[in-house]
Amino acid sequence: MITFIELLVNGISIGAVYALIALGFVVIFKATEVVNFAHASLLLVGGFIIAKTHEALGFWAALLLGLAGAAVLGALIEFLVIRRANVVNHSVLAIVTIGVDIVLTTELTRQIGTEVLALGDPWGSEVLHLGAINIPLARIAALLAASAVIAAFLLAFKYTNWGVAMRATAEDAETAALMGVRRGRVSMGAWAVAGALAALAALFMCIFPTPGLDRTVTATAMKAFPAAILGGLDSTTGALAGGLIIGVTESLVGGYQGELVFLGRGLGDVAPFLVMIIVLLIRPAGLFGTRELARV
Amino acid sequence: MSRSTLLWSIALAAAAVVIPFYLDASWLQDGLFAMAAAIGAIGLNLLTGATGQLSMGHAFFLAVGAFGYVYFASLPEEGAHSLGGLGLPTPVAAVLAVLLAGVAGGLFSPIAARLKGAYLGIATLALIFIGQFAMSNATPVTGGHNGRPVPPLEVFGFVFADTPDAPLVIAGVPFGALERLWFLGIVLLLGAGLFARGVLRGRPGRAMNTIRDHEIAAGVMGVPVARYRAGVFVLSSMYGGLAGVLIALVFQQTVPDYFGLLLALSYLAMIIIGGLGSVAGAVIGAVFVSMLPRLLTRYSDALPLIVQPGQEGVGAAEAAQILYGLAVVVVVLFLPGGLLGLVNQLRLRINRRVASAPAAKHSLTPTPETRN
Repeated sequence: MITFIELLVNGISIGAVYALIALGFVVIFKATEVVNFAHASLLLVGGFIIAKTHEALGFWAALLLGLAGAAVLGALIEFLVIRRANVVNHSVLAIVTIGVDIVLTTELTRQIGTEVLALGDPWGSEVLHLGAINIPLARIAALLAASAVIAAFLLAFKYTNWGVAMRATAEDAETAALMGVRRGRVSMGAWAVAGALAALAALFMCIFPTPGLDRTVTATAMKAFPAAILGGLDSTTGALAGGLIIGVTESLVGGYQGELVFLGRGLGDVAPFLVMIIVLLIRPAGLFGTRELARV
Repeated sequence: MSRSTLLWSIALAAAAVVIPFYLDASWLQDGLFAMAAAIGAIGLNLLTGATGQLSMGHAFFLAVGAFGYVYFASLPEEGAHSLGGLGLPTPVAAVLAVLLAGVAGGLFSPIAARLKGAYLGIATLALIFIGQFAMSNATPVTGGHNGRPVPPLEVFGFVFADTPDAPLVIAGVPFGALERLWFLGIVLLLGAGLFARGVLRGRPGRAMNTIRDHEIAAGVMGVPVARYRAGVFVLSSMYGGLAGVLIALVFQQTVPDYFGLLLALSYLAMIIIGGLGSVAGAVIGAVFVSMLPRLLTRYSDALPLIVQPGQEGVGAAEAAQILYGLAVVVVVLFLPGGLLGLVNQLRLRINRRVASAPAAKHSLTPTPETRN
């Protein structure tokens, strides 16, 4: 039972981090209808900046710099690539982001090499003891920070001018433009926000119990894709639910691997994808996604 | 067939036949990889280019083809790492491996038929991870991390391998495994290309393009959209399987790690760079993407910015990856038709200059030739 609770809390904490990534992914999709496969590299950039600057600047300044760096990069991708690509088919735009991803990931993994970079976070490897239950402090920080950021984001999405503009654009881009919403600014803002969210997620992905930022981080970040898809690509609620489902599944399957060994080694890494496939079989638009209806 | 097309085909065919007599083994190997990649890319282009269904799981089907062939053709081995195998005749094994890839694609069809575009892209991402998981666990089939050797193909007593005791020499050139496989590769590529061209130009091709351009219109006009999507997915997986078999034969050793996400992404890069939705585009893109790292490696000392292996800096393999990533972006931004589109544009311009004024009058109405 204790193991179960520990795994559950861990899973929720990881899930909150996945939700951060998935949220950025969904925001980009809503604002520009682009499935952003370069999201993992945005995350890598954020983590890389934090890792490289935290010794000189101190952790908090480095974190801000990482968030800003990833946000600027996201905005740049939107400004230089997505906005210029004049294509009808949105699958092609998705492939462009794959091109961007290949370039960024190759260069960054080359920079990182075989090193494991520490991010200099204040939580270290301390563990919180609640009775018999042991939970790393870093995971609790991840859970709290992710929840706070997600809540702030959702409130902003609902009540600020920026959020209203974004939702209006997602609903009907042309009408929104006629009402005076600047589409360019909205989509650039979406990419910037997604970049910052990804950078924050990078931080929490690379601190205890993971050893640090290394070249496999992008593969881990890939698990946020099923989170976004199984929740529904156009639903912020879906991103949260998807993130939590994926996080908890991964944590439980990984934790009980001993009992599940007949299914094969390394099941924790595939479990998110299996869950996604099962959900998609039943609900092709994801749990909370709007089913596409068309009037002819 | 116009006269210039005929001349081009003859020139290409002559070049393909002559090449193994002049180029050394490493070039032949690169060429064979490019052919295998071209077969796989044709399949992906049917799916992504012509039908608009994004697939990031193509590498999975290559793996199914490669390991399927090895499993069907090998004899079981006992020992510390016991390997399974059926020991079937190799041509049968090759055909079965392609069919197996098709079956794998068919098993995925409940999803492939219902999802579209980028949704399917992420769903197929699952195939890569599931594939890696299965390959690292099914060690009796795949040989685990180090892979397993591939038995050479043998058709009617003719072995596609080096035969030191009975060397085959044609026109003074010893014909080893690569030279023999070269011709097999050409035949396979030609067959794959012609079949795909037939599919694209005929009724199914029209249906696929309509699904890509307007799904509802396609449905209204009587195209069974879901069935077509599933069917194209299966066909494209079979192309992937065939490419996998050829890669296994050339490599002579199959390694699970090779069939990862990077491979799947490079296939998408191929069809974008070459040109979406056509056979020639897939072939051009495949040659571009698979020859690029080798060209850069070979001339790394002559090129600026690229260092020799082992030194600090951008290596040839990384430079090639960055280059084809950039090429994808540049092509989408500036060359909507890919390299094939560029070639066609140049040809049109030259033709127009040669044919001068009168011909221009008719070019106002688009014909199938000018549109593609």
